[in-house]
Amino acid sequence: MSSVGRPGIGWWLLILPAFALLLVFYIAPIVQVLTISVTEPSLGFGNYQRILTSSAVQRVIMTTLRICLITTVLALLLGYAIAYAITLASPRARGWWVLAVLVPLWISVLVRAFAWVTLLRRQGLINNTLIEAGVITDPLPLVWNEFGIVVGMVHYMVPFAVLPMLSSMREIDPRLLAAARGLGASRGEVFRHVFLPLSLPGVIAAAVLVFIFTLGFYITPAILGGGKTLMVAEWISLQILDLIRWGLGTMMATVLVLAILVTLAVFSRVVDLRRIFGAGA
Amino acid sequence: MSAATGHALGLRGLTRRYGSFVAVDDVSLEVGQGEFLTLLGPSGSGKTTILMAVAGFVAPSEGAVLLDGQDITPLPPEKRNFGMVFQGYALFPHMTVAENVAFPLRVRGMSRAERDEKVRGALDLVQLAAFAGRLPKQLSGGQQQRVALARALVFDPNLLLLDEPLSALDKKLRAELQEELKALHRRIGRTFINVTHDQEEALSLSDRIAILNHGKLVQAGAPGALYDRPRTRFVADFLGKSNFLEGVVRQPHPGGFMLEAGAAQLVVALPDGEPPPAAGARSLLSLRPEKITVLAEGEAAENIVEGRIVSWAYLGAGFSLRIETAGLGEIRANLPTWRSAFAPAEGLPVRLGWRAEAAVPVAEDVA
Repeated sequence: MSSVGRPGIGWWLLILPAFALLLVFYIAPIVQVLTISVTEPSLGFGNYQRILTSSAVQRVIMTTLRICLITTVLALLLGYAIAYAITLASPRARGWWVLAVLVPLWISVLVRAFAWVTLLRRQGLINNTLIEAGVITDPLPLVWNEFGIVVGMVHYMVPFAVLPMLSSMREIDPRLLAAARGLGASRGEVFRHVFLPLSLPGVIAAAVLVFIFTLGFYITPAILGGGKTLMVAEWISLQILDLIRWGLGTMMATVLVLAILVTLAVFSRVVDLRRIFGAGA
Repeated sequence: MSAATGHALGLRGLTRRYGSFVAVDDVSLEVGQGEFLTLLGPSGSGKTTILMAVAGFVAPSEGAVLLDGQDITPLPPEKRNFGMVFQGYALFPHMTVAENVAFPLRVRGMSRAERDEKVRGALDLVQLAAFAGRLPKQLSGGQQQRVALARALVFDPNLLLLDEPLSALDKKLRAELQEELKALHRRIGRTFINVTHDQEEALSLSDRIAILNHGKLVQAGAPGALYDRPRTRFVADFLGKSNFLEGVVRQPHPGGFMLEAGAAQLVVALPDGEPPPAAGARSLLSLRPEKITVLAEGEAAENIVEGRIVSWAYLGAGFSLRIETAGLGEIRANLPTWRSAFAPAEGLPVRLGWRAEAAVPVAEDVA
């Protein structure tokens, strides 16, 4: 076999170190950990049966899905408004807007979560202000529940929602919007019939990104949920670190990984990217 | 799209400033009902800004836009009912051809049945009925251009505005679409306002051309009038090619004057009613290359200049000659090839001749 006939061998040698690194330090440990879910405490799919039988397991999954969906929808709505405003802004203002969107990303997630606690807790800024203003007499339950988690997670996710939508909006030819107005469409109609449909690829990309990201949230729900509302990641940590139930914890981790892969697979199946981006057949 | 009458447009002292830059400088212009007017100028001459002000996308700093005598300056674009073909067509990429054409009807709240019929009519008009279900990406440039036209005409607009409608097409297709556009204009009898930097397009399409430079209206008129009697050096140079002959005015009289240019004495005839310049004044003449002939032995002409051919090119329909003359410097002349008696050669001595009315006095441009 001549080397000319196998042009791939040099290529394989070149990526071999990277592949080996990935295999040894990333894929192997993950597979090893995930295997625990079918070996502990006994060999078999006993841990996975718990999804069907244990109401605690079901509750965690449903809570996580609910919070993630609500967070995704809110982050998309807020993000869309921000991205739209940035798109319409003057080039100078646009730079400042983008900076304002990016700055929170550079602040530690811990700092941001505790900042929300100080704002939302019983004697926090919001409750105190509302009580002093006489709007309410008893403090509102704003934190250490699902509401607090959603607030913190939406805050964290908005930049991730803005950026893909912004890049998709920036690709829309401004002449199309002018053309629509010249043809008699009001500003609202231009938005509904032209801008919104053309920005949908960005919305879908942002939705997938945000949803997958939120599924694995750990620190924000742990701090703002106060241990009362459990999401999947915190529940896994609880099983493994506190209850030493490795089998159950890794089972849920496997479910989480599969959920993310399924989301991506469904996304790439259901949505024909080429069509969305307006590519011709 | 029945035989509706076109509308008249007026610009009164239209001015648009961007900071200290004056994009459009005090332009006044009347466009008659059903007229095909072309705004012609180099890039940066303000022609597109004027079109955008007419469409309502640019608010004038001063002046007014009038439709049939009524001031429409404050109206937003969607209230003006003007059809517009944008540069690059601006077809909606997520809509089919039929949906694109139906868009202006949809936002006007027209019923589906009525809409379908109008769309069919408009697509028939541009011969694209078979492509109704395609996306713009699946069409050629010329087809996209025609969709843009159908979309701009389907709602019976008061005016049709065209922003460099043919600039993205190759030369052959452009010539074809020029003819179609002209035929369309004749057929539907609407007022068209076209913007272009292509002088051939302007000459072949327009009833009237307005030439712009540095935001100012330099000259407006029928293509033939502009070409034959340019008023400034810029117009003579921008619209077609021209030789420029400079000299001093001698013996002015009603109907013409003599120009002393270098060693030559040139006879210049003026149209009726045009006063001759004063004696002793400097004057600049524009002389079109195709108005010069190479004289045969013993042939006479009102103006005769001798020279030698410096270089020449065969262009199929004609010869293009560069001739170094005794007193007038270098002159370009275009000769039709059917004058087969003449065979150009480098260094060949020639006698050039032209009629007294061929050379036109033009003003030097004010910078």
